[in-house]
Amino acid sequence: MSINVSFKKDLKYFDLDISFSCAKKNMVVMIGPSGGGKTTIVRMLAGLEKPKEGKVVFGNEVWFDSLRHINVPPQKRRLGYVFQDYTLFPHLNLYENATFAAVDKKEVDELFELFRIGHLKKRKPDMVSGGERQRCAICQALARHPRILLLDEPFSALDAITRRGLREELKTLKGKMSFPIIYVTHDIAEALYLADELLPVVEGKIDDQWLQRMITRDPSTEVALRAAREPRLTLVY
Amino acid sequence: MDFLALYVTLKLALVTTIFLMVIAAPVAYALAYYRFAGKSFLEALIYLPMALPPTVIGFYLIIIMGPKGFIGKTWGMLTGGSLLFTFVGITIASIIYSIPFAVQPMKAAFSKLDRRLLESAYVLGLSKRKTFFRVIIPNSVSGIAAAAILVFLHSIGAFGVLLMVGGSIPGETKVASIAIYEAVEMMNYRAAGMIALSLIPISYAFLLLINKLNERNRI
Repeated sequence: MSINVSFKKDLKYFDLDISFSCAKKNMVVMIGPSGGGKTTIVRMLAGLEKPKEGKVVFGNEVWFDSLRHINVPPQKRRLGYVFQDYTLFPHLNLYENATFAAVDKKEVDELFELFRIGHLKKRKPDMVSGGERQRCAICQALARHPRILLLDEPFSALDAITRRGLREELKTLKGKMSFPIIYVTHDIAEALYLADELLPVVEGKIDDQWLQRMITRDPSTEVALRAAREPRLTLVY
Repeated sequence: MDFLALYVTLKLALVTTIFLMVIAAPVAYALAYYRFAGKSFLEALIYLPMALPPTVIGFYLIIIMGPKGFIGKTWGMLTGGSLLFTFVGITIASIIYSIPFAVQPMKAAFSKLDRRLLESAYVLGLSKRKTFFRVIIPNSVSGIAAAAILVFLHSIGAFGVLLMVGGSIPGETKVASIAIYEAVEMMNYRAAGMIALSLIPISYAFLLLINKLNERNRI
């Protein structure tokens, strides 16, 4: 099932006004400078913030409609959300975190093996590395059988090597998933590596010129080279 | 040594602590997470017993718990008995007198909790009630324990309020602090000293426990 989104919200420094959609099995990467409203969009999508106006339709299900006063709470949207920072429950070990809302605990074992954290099941979140915590957060989100996966800069606090490794793991995982994935990043290289579709967000609006500017600013960069190698990419707006 | 007074004291402190933990948790939760009309007034009212002289609290409790007062009259209709000069009466007085010491640390512990943990729980499908029991409470254990210890100690030390509401009935309302006062009044310093001395290690041990909890929180 695909998701169609349109939001308007007055933020402190700019007005957010955005519309986009994401088909099943697709990964839309929301790219843009920090503070441009990307996290707010994802939070509104999850039901954690309320837009001023707008509509969110997942398949035939309306999650939010300002005109019809519909606002399905986050509990009932059944989505997976991996936050920017580590939000595992500190009083639970990694396995208890991942099975917190799991549909089938056996699947958590498989996910732990897939993400190579099977040996850390009994450890508390503060006893493992940042990369391992985020791997567990992804397992926790997937174990709920989400209908859509939201990843809000999940690797931003990690070092470059761990980040690259996780990026590759995520790309492998993406091929196995049948639901839409929305990924937020301000890292253009990451966006180009992961995205099926790109959504450049600058000050709450789609700005395709920004992405072009960033790529052409320094044509010798790895980013520009990757962009040239990735003709499959489309801009989603 | 007046063991009966010590027994009543510890029983009162324990019952007050248990009741206050149940009463204060939802109040602290509301104060920590919700904005509502009159919130500041409610909060100030909850903390008022901390600022008032115990005799003032005792006086108003006599009025409302007396046979013509709202609580006293209702209690009389339900049980046929009186609240004043009973263990139930001093328990109610002790709960009201100690409520700020339960609400304040609990509210602080709940407020300190990372809101993203709650949001994470909501996204994972947990209702607010389940989030309270499965996320907020387990992650606020130190604050809740500190509240319980403070209430327990404060109840052990209560004097003026209890004397006014309960008087000094052995085995019923005569607590250690009243027993000490009466012994001193009768120039029986030995008896007063025995009870006083027995309270020191209890209070000291609990305060040490609070310090340990605070240290653990700081780590």
